[in-house]
Amino acid sequence: MKSNSPPPRTVSSFHFRRIYKQTQKTHPPFLGRAIEIMLFFSYFKDLVGREVTVELKNDLAIRGTLHSVDQYLNIKLENTRVVDQDKYPHMLSVRNCFIRGSVVRYVQLPPDGVDIELLHDATRREARGG
Amino acid sequence: MSWAGPDDIFLSTSLATYLDKKLLVLLRDGRKLLGLLRSFDQFANVVLEGACERVIVGNLYCDIPLGLYVIRGENVVLIGELDLEKEELPSHMTAVSTAEIKRAQKAEREATDLKGSMRKRMEFLDFD
Repeated sequence: MKSNSPPPRTVSSFHFRRIYKQTQKTHPPFLGRAIEIMLFFSYFKDLVGREVTVELKNDLAIRGTLHSVDQYLNIKLENTRVVDQDKYPHMLSVRNCFIRGSVVRYVQLPPDGVDIELLHDATRREARGG
Repeated sequence: MSWAGPDDIFLSTSLATYLDKKLLVLLRDGRKLLGLLRSFDQFANVVLEGACERVIVGNLYCDIPLGLYVIRGENVVLIGELDLEKEELPSHMTAVSTAEIKRAQKAEREATDLKGSMRKRMEFLDFD
């Protein structure tokens, strides 16, 4: 079977691949979690420093700079502001926050922050078991 | 939550940077608790000292003191660090007593229940 040639790699894709390999060594999969979780963990680690909007399951949407992420996909945001501030007056003075991974519905990324081909590639590799 | 070493404490998602700070904790049931973070663990179980529940109904709010609280991590939605220099609430909001805020809460709950039941009664009419 003829295999496709790998897509051209950009600078950020080298960075992601390095983090992905690093994560596989430092964070071995633990009880009950699939190795596929590591892919998104590495992906978010690559996005640290970018502006994202996290939408929670309780419909609260928070915009901020991604400070850090962990193996549970808990997220720490800096310089946060709530998208619909008037509806959530209690969040007025919150500038940094920790969001538990289990309550996240979406993480909205900047359109130029996503290298679709790279993610697609890595997912294919995961599925194959590599 | 990863256990951070002394060198990467500022880069990790550890709650260690929030220790002894005044925090706003949002719970899954919609409650907002404020307090000083005294302890945490990998499940985001949290110990809050001097905790109070901030109840907000429309333009009214009330802080109900609760004391020392241990919160089970599965109920935590968000833990926010309150900026002490900024106003915690918009200036148009007024503080009221516990009894009054409970009355306002009850009124709000009854209004939403009424709206819900009215909608149910209208459903059979099949409006577009």
